Amino acid sequence: MKTICLYFEIHQIIHLKRYRFFDIGTDHYYYDDYENERSINDIVERSYMPALRTFLQMCKENGQFFKLAFSLSGCAIEQLEIHAPQVLEILQELNDTGCVEFLAEPYSHGLSSLANEDSFAEEVKRQSEKIYEFFGKKPTVLRNSSLIYSNDIGGQVAAMGFKGILTEGAKHVLGWKSPHYVYNCSIAPNLKLLLRDIELSDDICLRFNNSDWEGYPLFADNYIGHIASYPQEEQVFNIFMELTSLGIAQPLSSNILEFFKALPACAKSQNITFSTPTDICMKMKSMGAIDVPDTLSWVDEERDCSCWLGNPMQREAFNKLYSIADRVRICNDGLLNQDWYYLQASNNFRFMTTKPSSVGMIRGIYDSPFDAFTNYMNILGDFINRVNSLYPDDIDNDELNGLLTTIKNQGDEIEMKEKEILRLQTKLNKIEVMKEKEEAKAMVKIAKAKKAKAALKKATKSKQEDTEQPEKLETAISEVNKATETVE
Amino acid sequence: MKILMFGWEFPPHILGGLGTASYGLTKGLADQGNMDITFCLPKPFGDEDRSFMNIIGMNNVPIAWRDVDYNYVQDRIGKTMDPQVYFSLRDHIYADFNYMNVNDLGCVEFSGRYPDNLHEEINNYSIVAGVVARQQEFDIIHAHDWLTYPAGIHAKQVSGKPLCIHVHATDFDRSRGHVNPTVYSIEKNGMNHADCIMCVSELTRQTVIHQYYQDPRKVFTMHNAVYPLRQEYQDIPRPDHSKREKVVTFLGRITMQKGPEYFVEAANMVLHRTHNVRFCMAGNGDMMNAMIYLAAEKGIADRFHFPGFMRGKQVYECLKNSDVYVMPSVSEPFGISPLEAMQCGTPSIISKQSGCAEILTNCIKVDYWDIHALSDSIYSICHNPSLFKYLQEEGKNEVDQITWEKVGGRILRLYEQTIQNGNK
Repeated sequence: MKTICLYFEIHQIIHLKRYRFFDIGTDHYYYDDYENERSINDIVERSYMPALRTFLQMCKENGQFFKLAFSLSGCAIEQLEIHAPQVLEILQELNDTGCVEFLAEPYSHGLSSLANEDSFAEEVKRQSEKIYEFFGKKPTVLRNSSLIYSNDIGGQVAAMGFKGILTEGAKHVLGWKSPHYVYNCSIAPNLKLLLRDIELSDDICLRFNNSDWEGYPLFADNYIGHIASYPQEEQVFNIFMELTSLGIAQPLSSNILEFFKALPACAKSQNITFSTPTDICMKMKSMGAIDVPDTLSWVDEERDCSCWLGNPMQREAFNKLYSIADRVRICNDGLLNQDWYYLQASNNFRFMTTKPSSVGMIRGIYDSPFDAFTNYMNILGDFINRVNSLYPDDIDNDELNGLLTTIKNQGDEIEMKEKEILRLQTKLNKIEVMKEKEEAKAMVKIAKAKKAKAALKKATKSKQEDTEQPEKLETAISEVNKATETVE
Repeated sequence: MKILMFGWEFPPHILGGLGTASYGLTKGLADQGNMDITFCLPKPFGDEDRSFMNIIGMNNVPIAWRDVDYNYVQDRIGKTMDPQVYFSLRDHIYADFNYMNVNDLGCVEFSGRYPDNLHEEINNYSIVAGVVARQQEFDIIHAHDWLTYPAGIHAKQVSGKPLCIHVHATDFDRSRGHVNPTVYSIEKNGMNHADCIMCVSELTRQTVIHQYYQDPRKVFTMHNAVYPLRQEYQDIPRPDHSKREKVVTFLGRITMQKGPEYFVEAANMVLHRTHNVRFCMAGNGDMMNAMIYLAAEKGIADRFHFPGFMRGKQVYECLKNSDVYVMPSVSEPFGISPLEAMQCGTPSIISKQSGCAEILTNCIKVDYWDIHALSDSIYSICHNPSLFKYLQEEGKNEVDQITWEKVGGRILRLYEQTIQNGNK
C-alpha cells in the first residue's frame, strides 16, 4: 500500500545586526531585535498560523488517518517562545492528537555535521532535549540542516541511536533508482534513509502558484492520481518542504491550504495512507544501501553544499567559526553557547554566496556577498576574542580540557566530601539525641532511685556508661574535622 | 558604413578619460569590420594610431582660400595630412572667413587642450567642421562630449545625416549641481539636435533625461570598457603584503567630484583601530592642500601619504603596490580607473554613485557618504585574505570580459537603428 510522508521544516534565523569593525571589543550583542521580531511575526501571521490551524483541523477531522512530521530548530523555538508562543501552543495541540511526529535536528540549523562530530552530537542532543521538554517525546528520526547527508554523517547519526534520517533524493546519487523506497546508509545498515521526492515536493513548494507551469493549476485529485499511477511496488512518497512554502513562497491566495485539506479524502479514495517518518522506519524494509561519498543537500540545482561553502570567503568564515568549536564546547559557558548557536546558522553563510541563482536571493540587510562576509567576520572576530579572553589562546585544547577536568573532578570530590560531612553530621545529631535520651533516662533513674531510695549501686553503674558515651562523641567530632580539613 | 567622428582628445596625448574612451570605442567599432571611420581632432600630433581610421586635423583644414602649391603643403602639414585631402577640402570652403585669425594655409590654429578661450576654440572647431562635412562622405555623425556638439550639429545641418552624440560627462557631474549656464546651453542644444544620445552609464542617462529634458526613447546607455593591460605593465611584479603593512590607495584628481574627504575620514576611522595600514592619495587637484590639512588635523599624517601626480608606468606600479583601491566619487559618469585597478589585481571599493558600479559585481560598493561602510570594507579586505583573494581573482576575470569590441558591436547596432529611424 502506498503511503505519503509529509514533513515540514520550521526554522528562522536570528538576524545579525550591522556590526562595524570598530564595534569589535566594545559591543557584544550581535542581533537585530527589531528585524527578528518583525520577520518572525510576519511569517507567523502569513504562514505558520494559517498552515498549522489547517493541519490541526485536518488531524481532528481525519482521526488517525492523516499524519505528518515537523522539525524545529533551536533558534526557531527560542524565537517563537519570545515572539509567538501561540505557534508552540498549536504545535502542542497537534502533538496531543497523536498524528504528529517531531524530528531531531541540529539546534543551530548549522553546518556542524561537516566540521565537528562532537559539536554536531551535542547540538542534536540539545535540540532533542528541547523537543522532549515541549512535546514529551524523544525524537527517533533525524533530519540534518537542509537535509545535508553523506555516508560519514549517516555513520554518526546511527551512532547517536537514531533509526532513520531524511535526505534529498538527488538524481546524481540515485541514478536509475527510485526515491519511492526506503534505503539504508552504506556504512550503518540499521540507519534508514528517507529520500525526498524532488518532483512531487517541488510541485507544491516551488511551482504551486506558477501559472506558466504546465501542471498549473494543481488539484489534490490530480496530485494523488499522479502518486497512484506509480507502479505498485513504489510505496513511499516523501514530500518534504519548509513550512514557509505555505503562505510565503506560495501565497495563501493560491488556495494552497485548500489543496492540503483535500488531500486526505483523495488519498483515501485511492487507498493511499499517510505515515510519519518513524512509522516508515519501523514498518518498511530497506531495499539496499545508498552510497553517498560526497555531501548532499536539498539546496539549488546542484543539491550540494556550494551555496554555503562555494567560495573562499564562505570557507574562511566556516573554518574560522569551527576552529573554536572544541573550545566553546569544552568551556560550556551559557552566554557563549547562545552566540555560538546563533552564529552557526547556515543562513549566515548563504548570504555570502556568489553563485548566480535563478531563484531570487534575499540577502537580508546586506547588499552584496562581500558586505555579508565583512559583517559576519567582524562579529566572529569579536566572538573569538571573547572566547580567547575567557580561556586564553596559549592553553591548547588538551591542556584546557585537562584543567577543566581537574576542576570538575575537584568539584565532584567536594560534592562527595560534602555528602560525607552531611552523613557524619546526621550521625552526630543522632548521637546527641541518644545522649540526651540517655541523660533523661539517667535522670529518671536517679529520680526513681531517690524516690525509691534504693538500688544506688545500679545508678552508679549507669553513670559509668554515660562517661563512656562522650568518648565516642569525641572520636566522631575529630573525624568530622578531619574530613573538613581535607576538603579545604 | 562611413562614420564621421568629432573628438577633442586622442591617445597618446590625453588629458583625461575622454581620450582613452574615444580611442577604445573607435577601435572597438573598427573591429566590427567594414567600417570607414574619419576622426576629427583639433590638433593631431602625428603619432596617433591611424591603422584603423583616418584622422583629420582641424588645424589643417582650410577655411579661407590660399593659393599654395603641393610641395609647400607637403612641407607644412605632410606629417599629419595628405596634401590631396587639403586641396579637396579647399574646394569646399563655404563662406569667406578671411576676417578670422587664419594662417598662411588659410587654417585656424587650435591648442588641442582646454585653454581659457575654450569657447572660442569650440566655435572655431564648428566652423571648420562645416568644411569637413561638405567634403567628406558619410552615413552618420558621432560627436564626443559637449566640446564637439556644435560641430556635430553643423555637420548634420550641412549633410542631413543623423547625429549621434556621446555623453562622457555632464556639467552636473563636474559641478555637483551648480552648472555653468553656457556649458549647459551647449550641452542641451546638442542633445536637442541629436537623433541618438549615448550615455556612459544609466546614471548619466537619467541626468540627461531629467536635467536636460530629453526623450528617453532616444537616450541609450553605452557603458565604457577597458583595454587589456600592455605587456610591460602586466609584467610589473605585485609585492607580497601578506603579514605586512597594507596599502590603501586613492588615485585621481583631488577635486570635489572625486570625494577625497570621505577617503580621509574613512582612513581616520581605520587607523584608530588598527595600525598595519597605510593610506596613499595620489593625484593632484584643487582640494589637495585642504586634504593635507585635514589629514594633519586628524593626526594620521604619519600614515597618510600624498605622492602627487602620477603618469604612465607610475600609475600601474602604484596600483600593483596597493591592497585596496578606493574611488569614493560623489558623482562619476563612468570611471575607468577601478577597472584598471582590477586589471592589476587590486580589489576595488567604489561609490554607488559611480557609473561603473552598474556593470561591476566583484567589487565592493558603498554610498560615498557612508564612511562607516567604507572603513569597514577597507578593514575587511586588509584583514581577511580570502576576501582579498576572491576580489582579486574574480575581479580580474570580470574586467577581462568587459571589452571595447563588445561596446563597438552595440554602437554599430545603434547606428543601424538610428539610420533606419531616420529613413522612415
